[in-house]
Amino acid sequence: MQPLALIASSLVTCLGAGRAENVAALRARRTGLAPCAFETVTLDTCVGEVRGVDQVRVADRLRHFDGRNIRLAQLGLETDGLWRAVVAARERHGADRIGVFLATSTSGILETELAYRGRDAAGRLPPGFHYRETHNTYSLADYVRRGFELAGPAVVVSAACASSAKVFGNAARAIAVGLCDAALVGGVDSLCLTTLYGFHSLGVLARRPCRPFDAGRDGISISEGAGFVLLEKARHGASGARVHLLGVGESSDAHHMSTPHPDGAGARMAMQRALASAQIAPDRIDYVNLHGTASRSNDSSEDAAMMAVFGAATPCSSTKGLTGHALGAAGVIEAIITAIALEDGFLPAGANTLARDPALRADYLVEPRAGTPRIAMSNSFGFGGANCSLLLGLAP
Amino acid sequence: MHAWLEGIGVIGPGLKGWRASQSVLAGTQPYFHEPVSVAASDWLPPAERRRTGTSVRLALAVGREACEHSGRVPRSLATVFTSSGGDGDNQHAICETLASDVRDLSPTRFHNSVHNAPAGYWGVATGAMESSTTLCAYDASFAAGLIEAMAWVAVERQPVLLVAYDTPYPEPLRSVRPIVAIFGVAFVLAPARTDRSIATLDVDVRPTVSKADLPEGLAALCEGVPAARSLPLLCALARALAAEVSIDYLDGMSVSAVIEPLRPTD
Repeated sequence: MQPLALIASSLVTCLGAGRAENVAALRARRTGLAPCAFETVTLDTCVGEVRGVDQVRVADRLRHFDGRNIRLAQLGLETDGLWRAVVAARERHGADRIGVFLATSTSGILETELAYRGRDAAGRLPPGFHYRETHNTYSLADYVRRGFELAGPAVVVSAACASSAKVFGNAARAIAVGLCDAALVGGVDSLCLTTLYGFHSLGVLARRPCRPFDAGRDGISISEGAGFVLLEKARHGASGARVHLLGVGESSDAHHMSTPHPDGAGARMAMQRALASAQIAPDRIDYVNLHGTASRSNDSSEDAAMMAVFGAATPCSSTKGLTGHALGAAGVIEAIITAIALEDGFLPAGANTLARDPALRADYLVEPRAGTPRIAMSNSFGFGGANCSLLLGLAP
Repeated sequence: MHAWLEGIGVIGPGLKGWRASQSVLAGTQPYFHEPVSVAASDWLPPAERRRTGTSVRLALAVGREACEHSGRVPRSLATVFTSSGGDGDNQHAICETLASDVRDLSPTRFHNSVHNAPAGYWGVATGAMESSTTLCAYDASFAAGLIEAMAWVAVERQPVLLVAYDTPYPEPLRSVRPIVAIFGVAFVLAPARTDRSIATLDVDVRPTVSKADLPEGLAALCEGVPAARSLPLLCALARALAAEVSIDYLDGMSVSAVIEPLRPTD
């Protein structure tokens, strides 16, 4: 594929709002996960709640969109100069030449969960409930597109936990066929009862902060977050962007709705396709940010795929011990973390992993290691067997 | 964006498959709005079949019809699924449980709650490991899916199956999001002409809106279900004449689809 420049980005996780707070926590390996005190949830698990979401205000003209997911989106848009960069891109290209490709898994279903609690005696939803602007999966892109007064193509990808990696592919295709000149990609997912009680029903919630690749790993830690990236065609030196998107690889497991293929066949295919789309050999990859949810099945399946593609020679880690698993926002958050690792020249180590699982053979970074990666991969896999790998590299 | 159309599937009230619906869609037979039900796909293992709700059954059924019409092996196709809101019955059941004193969700309810549930079941049913994406653009979901499928064909030079589907919400969600009927549509699109090609398709985004002239009864369906915004295209294909149709997209925008039939779409 034709490389795309990462013109600007922003991320909000339970580690903090913005790059500086996230980098500090990543470097110090300080987890943002804490015992769950979200809403009325009574589950014995840790979550990554973003601080300050309740204080965010949405513009008055878009007040029907107000809800936790949109507030989290707004926080992301206001962070790290992203807003300014999008406005500048709109000036540069025109409002109709900027595409919006965003991702979420549960969107604002929390607002519907709360509205169901507030039903009247006849079972009707409360009058202040706005389905289209809060719950509907498209509400995120609708809000962002209206917020920036854009007039180009827009869509939300909702392919579970691979969603916000896959949007890079949608954007790359749209730019390649000339539907737009720049693309705002990203993802937002917010804590809600559906995911917390849902993952609990599957028996995959860890009690303590999740421990990717640990022999005693006992499940995932749910979190929330937002990430946005502004993409344009890479031109030599023109944008000043230091990181380029070099490849995207997508595949499907065709195995099971909620369990990954045990041999990692789909994951392997996604990684190989990302390499093929960039025409880059696996031995040139300096670091892989794993999906690494810390569920028993994900980590063993992903390890098998890593071994098949890279062998044991490529350093890798999961940053979900720090950020938690932000589901539909995980892909873009980890793509941004991977881009930061390239820009700042470090290999992010995982956290919470005490005893590495001897059955897993990839070169998992339990402790920090010196290194200045130039090309790195970020993996995202999800329910329904959705797989996506992104390849990012320092601009030549 | 240019592609070659190879297969069509459709299910909706009074529309029981592409072959059975062509004369109604072409306007040579009157349209009757008759409720339609969809059986679970026998492509799925029995245990998986029991877990599927209406939206998954609908998506799989129209996808299968389009594949069979095209003669393509389903596992060879990339897929684009698009829906204005996913499985409303399942969302309702989950929200009811979570509003009750005992928040015991069933694992099946939960894994069916993802917007890409049909894509997941499609993979299990067909063994397709090709890329799959699942989209939502509210009322513009069909047009957004068509754009993505056309872009996929243009860039990846691979055939793709597009599946758009919507099902009505139960109350109380129905009162805030009325969808009048189930409707599913599917197309197999390919990058080059083959002996399976039915028509050429050229798709572009336009900053204008125009209203389609649909046979009586179908206009209300087109308005009442986001996936049925595909009806102007389906009707033009059923007439098997060269045509340009306009499909609703985002506010103040439309998608123009130009078709050129190659042979009768039997």
